[in-house]
Amino acid sequence: MNHPAERAAAPHASPLTPHAPALRVRIWRGGADGAYQTFEVPRLESQTVLDVVTYVQRMLDPTLAYRFACRVGMCGSCAMTVNGRAMWTCRTHVAKVAADGELEIGPLNNLPVVRDLVTDMAPFFDKWARAQGQFKGDTTRKDDFARVEPSTPERQRVDAGIECIGCGVCYASCDVVTWNPDYLGPAALNRAWTLVNDVRDRAQSARLAAVAGDAGCHACHTHMTCSERCPKGIEPTAGIAGLKRRVLGAALKGEL
Amino acid sequence: MRTTLANDARARNHPAYWAFLVHRISGIALTLFLPLHFWALAQALQGEAHMDGFLRWTEQPLVKLGETLLVLALAAHLTGGLRLLALEFLAWRNWQKNLLAGAAGATVLAGLAFLLNVL
Amino acid sequence: MKARMQVLLWAAQRASAVVLAALVFVHLAVIIYAVRNGLTAGEILGRTRGSVAWAMFYGLFVTAVAIHAPIGLRAVLAEWADWRTPGRDRALVLFGLLLFARGLRAVWAVTYA
Repeated sequence: MNHPAERAAAPHASPLTPHAPALRVRIWRGGADGAYQTFEVPRLESQTVLDVVTYVQRMLDPTLAYRFACRVGMCGSCAMTVNGRAMWTCRTHVAKVAADGELEIGPLNNLPVVRDLVTDMAPFFDKWARAQGQFKGDTTRKDDFARVEPSTPERQRVDAGIECIGCGVCYASCDVVTWNPDYLGPAALNRAWTLVNDVRDRAQSARLAAVAGDAGCHACHTHMTCSERCPKGIEPTAGIAGLKRRVLGAALKGEL
Repeated sequence: MRTTLANDARARNHPAYWAFLVHRISGIALTLFLPLHFWALAQALQGEAHMDGFLRWTEQPLVKLGETLLVLALAAHLTGGLRLLALEFLAWRNWQKNLLAGAAGATVLAGLAFLLNVL
Repeated sequence: MKARMQVLLWAAQRASAVVLAALVFVHLAVIIYAVRNGLTAGEILGRTRGSVAWAMFYGLFVTAVAIHAPIGLRAVLAEWADWRTPGRDRALVLFGLLLFARGLRAVWAVTYA
């Protein structure tokens, strides 16, 4: 059996695809002050970027730190920066992003780097909480179910944003997050928007106050990178624009 | 001490971001130009002949180039601004923004062509 | 600065934008028309001298710009120059007043001076 170091040193052959040259993969190592390290990874058919990272950690360098869980596009844990863009590595085929055989893999941007490809998600979820991203109703188990007709405008607005799984791709992609450390970010604001349109919720005043101003929806400059990158096809930009309109209404009515 | 990494041009290479850059840079350019513009118009306070002297100075090719860029900046900032107002107040969606981006480009080109015709 | 004030600033910038959209469209049309066959003071002033309409048009223009530009700059200074202090806002108010004063002076210069 080949020693892993020997396998790495024989870059241009792989038992499964003997004619395909190996991938040249640069992977971020260390903290925010780290650097890229280059690995040679055998090219396989239908290979995903997550497969590449897993190969490096198992076969070449067990000290590589990275996150994944479901590996089928449901949990969002494997989000990383691939060739400069944030995406789910389990759902990204190498063929789509490394046409020239080169891959650059780094941790998500805008989040503190713990080590290598792992970021600290705490600021992301702290802002979610600061945006009042939690449902607050006023009924109990003794009351009847709320009836929210799926065809109503409010429910449709909620449906457009409710599938967010908190993967952080939008937050990592947003330059306003980079330039404005207090900015709540697209995910937190999108969640706030789904709650603003939740007819059962009773915390609307506090929520609108939480998402207004320099750190809230008004800091969005419609770069729309969030909407470009969201793996679930959510458009936070649209929800944030909705928040701007809703907050303006509250301000004009003296409710802010 | 920096704890996070930031995006680079690869992440920014899409139409809505270019629209943002054009809008912001044109806005900055126009804001910087305005005091100069007000000063130039105020030359009229010293009489028509004095203002004519100043206008003759603006006939230089470099100045004409600058003026063309400013007209472009104004047209771009206007059309980009209309797009933003539509996005924020009319709840526009993705495909509609691309439409206006195209219209904005056409407007800027038309203005430029006309202006070049008359210079 | 409280969130409510920030919201009102945002609203003022969008409102002034709507006003400016109409005025700038006219201004661009006038520019493109006026530069045909060269620009002279006589031609400009012949149009604007003693005109209440042009005085009001450009007076409104100056007012809208004096509101619109500083608020726009505010975001740029925060995000690209990392300047977020109350000093920045004071400087922007001064800049707005400067634009307003110089602008009205320019309007006066071409209408009733």
